[in-house]
Amino acid sequence: MTELVPTRKAYGEALARLGKENQNVVALDADLACSTKSIQFGKEFPERFINIGISEQDMMGTAAGLATCGKIPFASTFAVFSTARALDQVRNSICYPKLNVRIVGSHAGLLTGEDGASHQAIEDMAIMRALPNMSVFVPADSVETNSIMDFLVREFKGPAYLRLSRKGTPVLYDSNYRYKYGKGTILKEGTDLTLVACGSMVHIALQAAETLQKENISARVVNISTLKPLDTDLLVRCANETKGIVTVEDHNIIGGLAGAVAESLSELRPTKIKRVGVMDTYGESGKPNELYQKYGLTAEKIISKAKELL
Amino acid sequence: MMKTNDIKTLQQISCEVRKDVLNMTTKAQSGHPGGSLSATDIIVCLYCSVMEHDPAKMMDPDRDRFVLSKGHAAPVLYSILSRAGYFPKTELNNLRQVGGMLQGHPDMNKTPGVDMSTGSLGQGLSAANGMALAGKMDKKDYTVYCLIGDGESQEGQIWEAAMTAAHYKLDNVIAFVDNNNLQIDGSVSDVMGIEPVVDKWKAFGWHTFEVDAHNHSEILSTITQAKAIKGKPKMIIARSTKGKGVSFMENVCGFHGKTLDDAQLRDAVSELETNNSLGAEINAEEVSQ
Ligand SMILES: Cc1ncc(C[n+]2csc(CCOP(=O)(O)OP(=O)(O)O)c2C)c(N)n1
Ligand SMILES: [Mg+2]
Repeated sequence: MTELVPTRKAYGEALARLGKENQNVVALDADLACSTKSIQFGKEFPERFINIGISEQDMMGTAAGLATCGKIPFASTFAVFSTARALDQVRNSICYPKLNVRIVGSHAGLLTGEDGASHQAIEDMAIMRALPNMSVFVPADSVETNSIMDFLVREFKGPAYLRLSRKGTPVLYDSNYRYKYGKGTILKEGTDLTLVACGSMVHIALQAAETLQKENISARVVNISTLKPLDTDLLVRCANETKGIVTVEDHNIIGGLAGAVAESLSELRPTKIKRVGVMDTYGESGKPNELYQKYGLTAEKIISKAKELL
Repeated sequence: MMKTNDIKTLQQISCEVRKDVLNMTTKAQSGHPGGSLSATDIIVCLYCSVMEHDPAKMMDPDRDRFVLSKGHAAPVLYSILSRAGYFPKTELNNLRQVGGMLQGHPDMNKTPGVDMSTGSLGQGLSAANGMALAGKMDKKDYTVYCLIGDGESQEGQIWEAAMTAAHYKLDNVIAFVDNNNLQIDGSVSDVMGIEPVVDKWKAFGWHTFEVDAHNHSEILSTITQAKAIKGKPKMIIARSTKGKGVSFMENVCGFHGKTLDDAQLRDAVSELETNNSLGAEINAEEVSQ
C-alpha cells in the first residue's frame, strides 16, 4: 500500500519551512492549531503566530489588517468555519479589498469523519468560488500541497482559499512535481471519457479508471487543483477528445467542481456531464471510508456514472 | 500636511468639513449625513492634529493609520482626505457616482489615503488590531486609530476584537465609540442597549476615557493621555450628537441615511457658518502654515 499523508500535515510542514524563508509569513488560528497543523509554525515562530481564540470572524479581520501592512497571513481553522462562519469577513475585509490573505480550511468534506455533519464542509468550494478576486486551491496530495504553498508564499498576490483534508490520502505526485497556477494535470491518459476530480477524490478516480481499463474502457483522469481560475482550455480539450465527463468531488454536487465544470463547458463546448459527489445532503458521523461508501464517493459509483456516458 | 493644535483652526476646519459632507451628500442625493456629522470633530482632530501621515508618502510603512469601522461616515473621511491633499477636492462632487473614486463606503483600492475598506459594520476593529500586531512585529511605533458606532457595538465581532486587543496588549490601538445613541431603527437604548458601555470596555481589559465628541481640546488632550498609557488598548467613549451642528438634524434618527433638499442645505450651511465665529473658507494649505 502507498503511503497515506493528510494534506493538512503537508500544510503544517510547508508553513513552518516557508516561515524560515520569508519573515513576512504570519499564521493565525482559532484554537485549532493542533488540528490544522499550524501549531508547527507557532512553535518555531511564536512572535509571528497569533492564536485568536475561538473567534473566526475576528481572525479574518485581523488577518486583513496584517495584510495591509505587507504581511502574508495564513488564517486556518476547519473549512466550515473559515468559509461559512466568517463569510462576510472574508468577503468584505479580505476579498473585496484584494488583500493577500490565505484562508485555510482543513477538515473539508465527508473525509472529516467522526465529528459529523456540523464539521464536514461540503459547500465551502461553492461559497469561496463565488467571491470575486478569490482563487481556490484544492491539492490532491501532500506533494501538491507543498508545491501550492511555495506558490502562495513566493509568487501569488491576492486572496486565496486552500482546501485541506484531515485524513491521509495516497501520495500521487513524485517530489519533482511543480504546481502551475490555474492548470489542471492529466494523471492518466484516456480516450473514451474523462474523470475530472479534485482533492481527496483524485486517487479514487484513478482507481476507477484502472478498473474501467480492465473492461476496455479508456478513462482519462484530470486533477483540477485550482478550482478557480479553472483550466477551461484543458476541459475543452477533454470535451473534444472524449465522449463525456464525470466530475468527482468530496463536496456537494451543487456549486463546487461539478458546478464549475458544467458552467464553463455548457458555454464553451457542451458535452455530457455526470456528477459524483455529496448528493445535496449533510453527512453524519462515521469512519471516513464508511461515509465514502454510504454517500457514494466510491470508485464503483464513478464507474457506473462513466458507463452512463458511453 | 503640517499639523495644528490651534483649537479655533480645528473648529474652523470642522465647520468646512460639515459643509462638505452636506454639500456632497445633497448633490449625490444619497449617503449618511447624520453619523458623518457626529464623527466630524474626532476625525478632524486625528487628521489635522494627531496623526503622522503625508499624502506625498501615502504608503509609508511608518505612518499612523485610521480605520473608519462605521464606514457609512465615509463623506467625512473623503472631505478631510481631499483637504489634506490626497486627491482633488473636485472629486467630492462625484460621491457615489459610477466610475468615481468615492464609493458609498470606504474602498482602500479606489480612494487614495483610505487605510482599510469598510462598510459591513463590526469588522474595522479587527483590521485595526491586525495593523497594530504588524506594527509590534516590525517594531514600528505607529498608532492605529479606529472609530466604531454605538449601534455597531452590537456586533459580536467588536467584542471578539476587544478581547484580541487586550490579550495581545495592543497599546498602539486607540479607538473611539461615536456614542450618539442613535442607529437606524431608533435609539440605541431602545433597539439593543449597550450600557454600561464604559464598564464593558473596562471589563474587556481596555483603558477607557469619556469625552465630549464635539470639544476639540478635550479630544486632543484625551488622545495625548491615551498615547502615554502602555500595555493596554485604549477606548475613548465619545459622547456625541448625531447631526451635530445643524439644529433641525440634531438627534433626529431620520437623518441617518436621508439627505437634505436644496432649501434645507441652504439653511444648514448658513447655520453652520453663523455659528462659526471665523466663517471664512480655509483650505489645507492655510491650515498647514
Ligand atoms: C453588518 C451590517 N449590518 C447592517 C448594516 C446597515 N447599517 C448601516 S449604518 C447602520 C446603523 C449604524 O448605527 P451606528 O453604529 O450607531 O452608527 P451612527 O449612529 O454613528 O451613524 C446599519 C444598521 C451594515 N452596514 N452592516
Ligand atoms: Mg449611533
